[in-house]
Amino acid sequence: MTQYEAVIGLEVHVQLKTQSKLFTRVPYRYGAEPNALVDEVVLGLPGSLPVLNKAAILKTVQVGLVFGCEIAHQCKWDRKNYFYPDAPKNYQISQFDQPLCRGGHVEIELEGPARNIQGKHRKVALNRIHLEEDVGKLTHLGQTSWIDYNRAGTPLIEIVSEPDMHSSEEVFAYLKSLVMHLQYVGASDCDMEKGQLRCDANISLRPQGTTGLGTKVELKNLNSISGVCNGIRHEVNRQLHVLKQGKAVVQETRRWDADRSESFVMRSKEDAHDYRYFTDPDLCPICLSEADIQAQKKTLPELPFDKQERYLRTFQLPYTVTSVICPDKRLSDFFESALSFYAKSPLGVANWIANDLLRELAAEDMHQAWKNLKMEPRQVAALVELVDSGVISKQSAKEIFDVTFRTGEDPQKIVKDKGLEIAVDVDALKMMCGEIIDAFPKPAEEFRAGKEKALNVLKGQVVKRTQGKVPISEVDRLLREILSQ
Amino acid sequence: METLIFGTFEQLSEGLEKKQFSSVELTKAFIARTRAIDKSVKAFLNFDEKKTLAEAEASDVRRSKGQNLSKLDGVPVGLKDIFAEKGQRLTCGSRMLEHFLSPYDATVVKKLKNAGAVLWGRLNMDEFAMGSSSENSAFQVTSNPWDLDRIPGGSSSGSAAAVAAGEVPLALGTDTGGSVRQPASMCGIVGLKPSYGRISRYGMVAYASSLDQAGPLARTTGGVAALLQVLSGADPKDSTCARVHVSDYLAATRSSEGKKWTLGVPEEYFGEGLDSEVKSSVEKAIHFYEAQGCVVKPIHLPSLEYAIPVYYIIATAEASSNLARYDGIRYTYRSPRAKNIDEVYDQSRREGLGEEVKRRILLGTYVLSSGYYDAFYGKAQKVRRLIHNDFMRAFAEVDALVTPTSPIPAFKKGEKTSNPLAMYLSDIYTISVNLAGLPAISFPCGFTGNGLPIGCQLIGKPWEETTLLSMAYAFEKHHPFNLKIPNL
Repeated sequence: MTQYEAVIGLEVHVQLKTQSKLFTRVPYRYGAEPNALVDEVVLGLPGSLPVLNKAAILKTVQVGLVFGCEIAHQCKWDRKNYFYPDAPKNYQISQFDQPLCRGGHVEIELEGPARNIQGKHRKVALNRIHLEEDVGKLTHLGQTSWIDYNRAGTPLIEIVSEPDMHSSEEVFAYLKSLVMHLQYVGASDCDMEKGQLRCDANISLRPQGTTGLGTKVELKNLNSISGVCNGIRHEVNRQLHVLKQGKAVVQETRRWDADRSESFVMRSKEDAHDYRYFTDPDLCPICLSEADIQAQKKTLPELPFDKQERYLRTFQLPYTVTSVICPDKRLSDFFESALSFYAKSPLGVANWIANDLLRELAAEDMHQAWKNLKMEPRQVAALVELVDSGVISKQSAKEIFDVTFRTGEDPQKIVKDKGLEIAVDVDALKMMCGEIIDAFPKPAEEFRAGKEKALNVLKGQVVKRTQGKVPISEVDRLLREILSQ
Repeated sequence: METLIFGTFEQLSEGLEKKQFSSVELTKAFIARTRAIDKSVKAFLNFDEKKTLAEAEASDVRRSKGQNLSKLDGVPVGLKDIFAEKGQRLTCGSRMLEHFLSPYDATVVKKLKNAGAVLWGRLNMDEFAMGSSSENSAFQVTSNPWDLDRIPGGSSSGSAAAVAAGEVPLALGTDTGGSVRQPASMCGIVGLKPSYGRISRYGMVAYASSLDQAGPLARTTGGVAALLQVLSGADPKDSTCARVHVSDYLAATRSSEGKKWTLGVPEEYFGEGLDSEVKSSVEKAIHFYEAQGCVVKPIHLPSLEYAIPVYYIIATAEASSNLARYDGIRYTYRSPRAKNIDEVYDQSRREGLGEEVKRRILLGTYVLSSGYYDAFYGKAQKVRRLIHNDFMRAFAEVDALVTPTSPIPAFKKGEKTSNPLAMYLSDIYTISVNLAGLPAISFPCGFTGNGLPIGCQLIGKPWEETTLLSMAYAFEKHHPFNLKIPNL
């Protein structure tokens, strides 16, 4: 019995986060009143002309650089001609034979054998990334169809992979990595529910151990990451079934119906469109110098997998923590900022962020929660320091965290207001302070003579003796009291 | 009134300046003329008298305060019905857009408004600028003011006829393969096709984007220069509009007195198909330049014989895509018989578009089809480059080329409607200029025995409109054909 291997390539469309549309100054935002975000260019009214939004080019270049693509020094715009009401001009401005980015790869992390063990990494090869304008959205209600052109003209990148994946698990890891990287560079929020990321899959089967490509089926309407995986798994099984029956897979485009967990034929190979691509005469070619490309390279942040490795190396953070903090740039930025206030305990700081902060943020809409976030990195740092120096207990720290998260109030103030310092045996501490003063007469003398800094030496000794489990402010007060007698 | 409506641009502008008459008086004269004769000329598709008079009044108010905006302030200008003017109909001579009101101004319209021009009327044209006679207009056939049984040329038919008939002193047309120069020639006026990228295309409905250029028409070179002055210059809304220096064309036209140019005469333009009267008239113009001390040289443009096929591949390919938006879905004509989406497309386009437009859409769709692209569109682009190179080689030796504008004078209505190829040939001398993106001017150089105007074309180097205007003016000064007025 022949064993088969699935060969999968993805075409992922991602809306770029730019201030305005690809060829006009009108902005785009999800959920606006239908046809409110249009002008004569978006609607393709007679006489209107497109003018390129440079920001979209630069964002695409950044994405290309993230994935190690070769960036074209010159490329052009083509018209993809087809009649459908979602395209106001009945052509879409796209890039046909000269994409902005070629080649490159997406590094993916497969699932590990356990939650706390990092899985294998591998690189999925990319074919190209090009830029094009999005189309409008059709809604069919009974006998009537409604068109909303708000989305039309929004910059859209198409990321085309090579047929380089072999399972729905790899596809899942690929999409996860894609989303992570695109969010990292601020290219897109990649919210599939809002249509910011859309995915088509090309699936074929071949006998295990061979290198040719079988007849492919294009699967469309994969509207969520789980939909992509289910759809692909279903299609692989469907083709397997066809082949096992001794029949041939038919080249066609199928539509995935997530509700019914089934796919249906949309069109066969014979119905394939002839898009009559030709260079758009309304737009000039795009020319990018090496300096332009290098300038974009400089804007790129440290990438998540590199960061993960560095956190492990430099801070000895465990995978359970890095796998949470590193994929989200906001979390890792927060972490590094907190660390700049208190560098002694990276793990302590990271734990608060990976567990408590993330839990609170995830309790509501994450995007909104980040926007409204009152807690500052220095406050998390302070909290860790309060615990480390024995001023408060871990239990109180949880309570303080909640208050700070809700109100933005400083932990130190909350400690004071609520009297959360660990109770101190003042008499015992006073006695110890006395002993230290006796044991170190020189700094005591110097302090008495007016050298304020000398007190730090004595404080340090108390902290040392108590292993830091005393409130410094109290030590300070007691030392001064004894020394002034 | 005659002195007003057949006055040169300079006379009208000066008269306004010296307050010999007001803009309202001037505008009313043209409105009256239009009312009196347009029933027979049929140059106008629409006009809005109230709007136009309000603009004239506003101009007079400005002038009374000494705040006039330009030499054009208060002078009526007619627009080919292809330029978007906010709130006005924009039909492009097509049923498809019969009821379409533009919600925005074209850049050229904005520029005219900013210069204080009084916009008078929407002028007839071949549907979507495809044609050479106005016979492709869905609404009416414009008559040639010199012989009402003949066509005025096209596709800027209304623009040329209205100026020639004294219905408006200046007009704007568009030129994709000769659509400003050929009707200017046939109507005995001056028409300029600027370098590609000289004037913004924003708001000018596209026929063939890489060839389309707006162009001014007037009775004299002065009017053309003044209009070009106002319309030229870069536009952030048109990426193909160039950032190139704009001269003071009116002044430059006058300042080249006695200049000795080198003129090239391309032999390919004087061969078969050229009417003998047109030929001798253009040759007389060449002799005039020689007599003025210009050097005249024979020139060869070997790729020229491919100009017509190359043009009809590139222009129709672009048109097939540009015109796809007129589909019955949004703002266009929709067939009342259509019952589903495919029928909306099919029937609306079948009923809403004219024969010639459909012919070109089909041709353009074909040449872009998979399997045919390389043989047609791809090859045509290469030949287009060769044509451009031919011209540039010639310009290494000469300042401009002198040719007839059209091989024949205005022909009879209906004479060529059944033979599209014969119609295409009337643009044979103008088309290559668009393919090469060059500037060219047509000016009157004589009349045939039966009183039809003949046009002479000068083709210049890229961005050298000034040279063309100066040359045409040098001829015009000694041959005031503009003083000859059609009998209407």
